[in-house]
Amino acid sequence: MRTLIYVVIGILFGITMFKSEAASWFRIYEMFRFESFHMYGIIGSALALGVIVVQYIKKYKIKSFYGETIYFHPKAKSFRRYFYGGIIFGLGWALAGACPGPMFTLVGAGFLPIGIVIISSLIGTYIYGLLKDNLPH
Amino acid sequence: MNWIYDPWPWYISGPMIALIMFLLLMVGKNFGMSANLRTLCTICGADKKVDFFNFDWKSQQWNLIVILGASFGGFLAAHFLSKDLAVAISTETINNLNELGFSSAGKSYLPNELYGLQAFLNLKSILVLVIGGVLVGFGARYAGGCTSGHAISGLSDLQLPSLIAVVGFFIGGLTMVHLIFPLIFK
Repeated sequence: MRTLIYVVIGILFGITMFKSEAASWFRIYEMFRFESFHMYGIIGSALALGVIVVQYIKKYKIKSFYGETIYFHPKAKSFRRYFYGGIIFGLGWALAGACPGPMFTLVGAGFLPIGIVIISSLIGTYIYGLLKDNLPH
Repeated sequence: MNWIYDPWPWYISGPMIALIMFLLLMVGKNFGMSANLRTLCTICGADKKVDFFNFDWKSQQWNLIVILGASFGGFLAAHFLSKDLAVAISTETINNLNELGFSSAGKSYLPNELYGLQAFLNLKSILVLVIGGVLVGFGARYAGGCTSGHAISGLSDLQLPSLIAVVGFFIGGLTMVHLIFPLIFK
């Protein structure tokens, strides 16, 4: 049953990424050139509602559908890892025009070269694992 | 019923993303897609060589199911919910991309130069996709999250680290598009 719920949430997410064009390389490029409001509208409205939802859940201690406490995992306090890591991610996001969610949506949509991006992102993740202890965090 | 084939405006798309985050929270999970890349590395055996990948990947099985669903959602959206896949980006962006050699700007969903089947035979396209992918994978794990984990989940939870990461995303993206693109595409 829970598996089915994850599949349905995933399908909703995939359809949203594709139909919103957030999975389009062109929209990412356009966003970084500030030539359209589209992506800012998507992220901004998702965020505005997201803040309300999360703060509401926290304030009123809303339980999950299964009656369990909903946990938020605060990120460890640091500056360098988020800043450096963020910049590296941003360079790749603009170049490949895809982030880790939409990548998988694009495979399903039938754009085969995205497979190169996915395999490379696994290699990138592996390189991080290798170098982790030598990087400033 | 033709509206069903149209692209979604931002005021539908954004709230849908918030809804997806909400649904995941309500089943006790957190919205963050790049964690799957680490899980996939572990499944491929990376845990035998590198300690970072040594974790109980089964605890992340749910997330793999979500991206499997996201893939199927992409299939449905592209084949049954769309007729014309062209993305109506702004005229300025189209003109700029034409100058850089992207003739498919405004005519397709993704640039043919990078994501058409001919990309497999073009060394430059392959390099762009490989370097882009490596940077995304490395950067997401270094920063501890990607667009979904930081820009949506983290910022919704008013996390300062996520704000730092998102500022980083933009510095990186702006540098790539404004400073590096003119050097690699001409």
